[in-house]
Amino acid sequence: MNTNILNFIVTLILALVFSVFLPWWSVMLAAFVSAVLFSLKGLKVFLIPFLAVFLFWTGYAFVLSNNNNFTLAKKIAILLPLDGNPYILILVTGIVGGFAAGMAGIFGKQCRVLVKK
Amino acid sequence: MKYLKFTISLLVTAIVFYGLNTKFGSVPPIGKFLNPVSGIWQNEKDESINGNVAINGLKDKVTVHYDEQLIPHIFAENESDLYRAQGYITAKHRLWQMEFQTFAAAGRLSEIIGEAALNYDRRQRRLGMGFGAEQAIEKIKEDPETMAFLEAYAEGVNSYINELQPKDIPVEYKLLDYTPETWSVKKTALLLMYMTKDLAGSDNDLEYTNALRIFGKERFDLLYPDFFDEIDPIIPKNTDWSYIDVPMTEAPASELPLDTISKTLDKPHPDNGSNNWAISGQKSYSGNPILANDPHLGLNLPSIWFVMQLSTPTHNTFGATLPGALGIISGFNKHIAWGETNATRDVLDWYKIEFQDENHIQYKYDNEWRTAHLRIEEIKIKDKAPFIDSVRYTHHGPVTYDKNFMGDNKLAGYAMKWSGHIGGNNQRTFLELNRGKNYDDYVNALKHYTAPAQNFVFASTEGDIAIWVQGKLPNKWKGQGKFLMDGSNPQHDWQGFIPQEYNAHTKNPERGFVSSANQHPVDESYPFYVFNDGYETYRNRVINDFFNSRDTFSIQDFRDLQNNNYNLKAAELLPYIYNTMDTSSLTEEELQIFNEIKSWNFYNDIEELGPSIWSAWWGTLHSLLWDEYKVDDVALKTPYDYQTVHMLKTKGDDAFMDIMVTPETETARDLFLISFKKAANTLMAWKTENGSYNWNAYKATYVGHLLQGLPAFSRFNLPIGGGRNIVNATKKNHGASWRMIVEMSNPPTALGIYPGGQSGNPGSKYYDNFIDDWAAGNYHTLNYMQSDSGTDAIIGTQTLISD
Repeated sequence: MNTNILNFIVTLILALVFSVFLPWWSVMLAAFVSAVLFSLKGLKVFLIPFLAVFLFWTGYAFVLSNNNNFTLAKKIAILLPLDGNPYILILVTGIVGGFAAGMAGIFGKQCRVLVKK
Repeated sequence: MKYLKFTISLLVTAIVFYGLNTKFGSVPPIGKFLNPVSGIWQNEKDESINGNVAINGLKDKVTVHYDEQLIPHIFAENESDLYRAQGYITAKHRLWQMEFQTFAAAGRLSEIIGEAALNYDRRQRRLGMGFGAEQAIEKIKEDPETMAFLEAYAEGVNSYINELQPKDIPVEYKLLDYTPETWSVKKTALLLMYMTKDLAGSDNDLEYTNALRIFGKERFDLLYPDFFDEIDPIIPKNTDWSYIDVPMTEAPASELPLDTISKTLDKPHPDNGSNNWAISGQKSYSGNPILANDPHLGLNLPSIWFVMQLSTPTHNTFGATLPGALGIISGFNKHIAWGETNATRDVLDWYKIEFQDENHIQYKYDNEWRTAHLRIEEIKIKDKAPFIDSVRYTHHGPVTYDKNFMGDNKLAGYAMKWSGHIGGNNQRTFLELNRGKNYDDYVNALKHYTAPAQNFVFASTEGDIAIWVQGKLPNKWKGQGKFLMDGSNPQHDWQGFIPQEYNAHTKNPERGFVSSANQHPVDESYPFYVFNDGYETYRNRVINDFFNSRDTFSIQDFRDLQNNNYNLKAAELLPYIYNTMDTSSLTEEELQIFNEIKSWNFYNDIEELGPSIWSAWWGTLHSLLWDEYKVDDVALKTPYDYQTVHMLKTKGDDAFMDIMVTPETETARDLFLISFKKAANTLMAWKTENGSYNWNAYKATYVGHLLQGLPAFSRFNLPIGGGRNIVNATKKNHGASWRMIVEMSNPPTALGIYPGGQSGNPGSKYYDNFIDDWAAGNYHTLNYMQSDSGTDAIIGTQTLISD
């Protein structure tokens, strides 16, 4: 399996597992560990963990909100403010999680470079 | 190079973590807030209302059925379990609100919100809210049963808090980034202080002192009479008071201090009030007494009320609870029904305190120096060092205003004397009402009740109706407490209280109904001094006229009356204006508006233009008439509306009518025209900007979230009529916060509704689902279950079992 897919899957699985007992930054930890284990190159260092967590957070948020007719999402999307659009809120949620993971991925990669010489 | 990259990536990662984990201003910690595993997405659901829950301390099993309105029907085997379950279930649906209101009462909002709340918190401390709560607890300690139930309630709340996972805490905690703390009996006492301040925390003594000094006694008495020329009191006129044979308090011959006060604390909403009434069997379509209650408070989400059924083998009670307090506050059981309106009695007075020196340790009393003890108030502030505000306490009460707070005199201060500080066991009253069976039980229950003084309406299946004005009310000398008093003069102290049995009341009056709407409790024949501290003068007359107009009334009549939009104030002034105002100078546009209001039938219905024109016109007229009150740096209170209308109609060329800034001398007739033209201008501008000024759009009623009306969690532009001084007292953000109608059949049948929903979670469909029906004047039939055997009306059942 190529490293890209491997990193993606491991990030996703670790993020799911860590989230059971750790706060929101579990996704950063997942991306960091995955980056240390499976080295990526170039833009992908950021993009792969970004996509993994983006998928996780948007997917889960959508399922939760869809089951409840987006009742709360519509309100939070006024609060933030995102024009009351729950889909934009889901997108923002994914980007926030993905961005945090992506940065942690870059940091993981740099750690690996430092240690492995 | 790799070290640089490492360092940069470490830094950026740390910044990202910090940035997403931290609250900035009003922006929540966005990573924490938005993550779907423990953030707000977890609140995107209705509360679970099925299954078994283990709760510490239960003696027996408790069954909780939920009906389709998410009203919990609690069936417990004993009262201790009942109140434990009440605490648990209330917290389950309303935890954030319960806690937030008690933080507000205690003056602790700065802990949650930050420095923006500091002034609010200081005011609460200066009013001795915490002190009052402590006094109440001391009093409750004398009653082990009440204390035990309060503790059971607190433990029930804490059972819920302890089982809460971080992901399940209410949205508002996530938004403000804090977590719930342990509930305690003190918090219940604080909640009751919150209500006491709202309902009995208003007075105008200092404003009246300024008015007396500026205008003189004769003018003052004209502007602020103790009784208006026409009143319709709660206890019918001509009641025989001859059984009251105790001597009245003599007025001392001493002088009052005529200080100048530049600014006073913000007052509770002036319209905090209510309606209640009950008709006897003879006046009822069915022969059963019928009772109604609708408290008028700020319209908030989550609502101030939470509806519940609370049942044990010995009593079965239904109605509105206050989240944080025991039992049903406005409701009924199998035998009796009750409801409250505010008694608006003057139970808050101010004393001028003379200190020995700038240290404020000793104050003068009876020609000696007494020690004012110090209460240190530490206000914790989010992300900042605490603020210490120390308040001196005299034997009257806290020195609210002094050199450290809104005062400028280094050697003087103003201390408050307030029934809210006396300490009362108000919970006892509600516990006894909840299990009451007849009139005697009701009367005995009321004896414990201290403040805020309320008009308790009553009806029973035995056929009695009654109303008592109940509270611990100072027995004042004539004029006492109208103005600032001399804190060093013992004769100015409260000399005692009106003996409870002499509190004004009536049982089964001849007219066949009892009612109250915050008006004068009694007429002048009542022997104790009752001072007009802002009595209502319109709703009461509409209600009493209605019940005097016919022989019998139905439930539909009750519904119609609670939703009655008749504007008596407008009806009493406008015809006079039409007859006297010179309309020859009106422009075409002004004339059109004038014709619009002339064709109005005085009902504040949503599609009418008249109420909006009246509202704009009255506001302008009032402001022009009382321009004498716009004095810099002097706190003043304009006369009440009844007297304002009275003066416009009977003293049209009084000097007050003159607009001071114009060279001409205006009369009431001139004011009508000038104010109309101004109002017409305002309305035309409004129309250009917003479209039709029908009452619905112009009033724009909303129900605002408790957190500064956060728009996202509020409901706007609700189509509901009514207004100030109208039986349907719904204003922009204030009005009927609970409407209840109970027929004393066997068992009683009841209707109820409030502008909110049972759930405190903005993510639940039960958060605001009553609002549309409430606005439309609809009611829900309250499902008064006679046993815990489930019916098909149940949408969920939870069984609480001992842990």
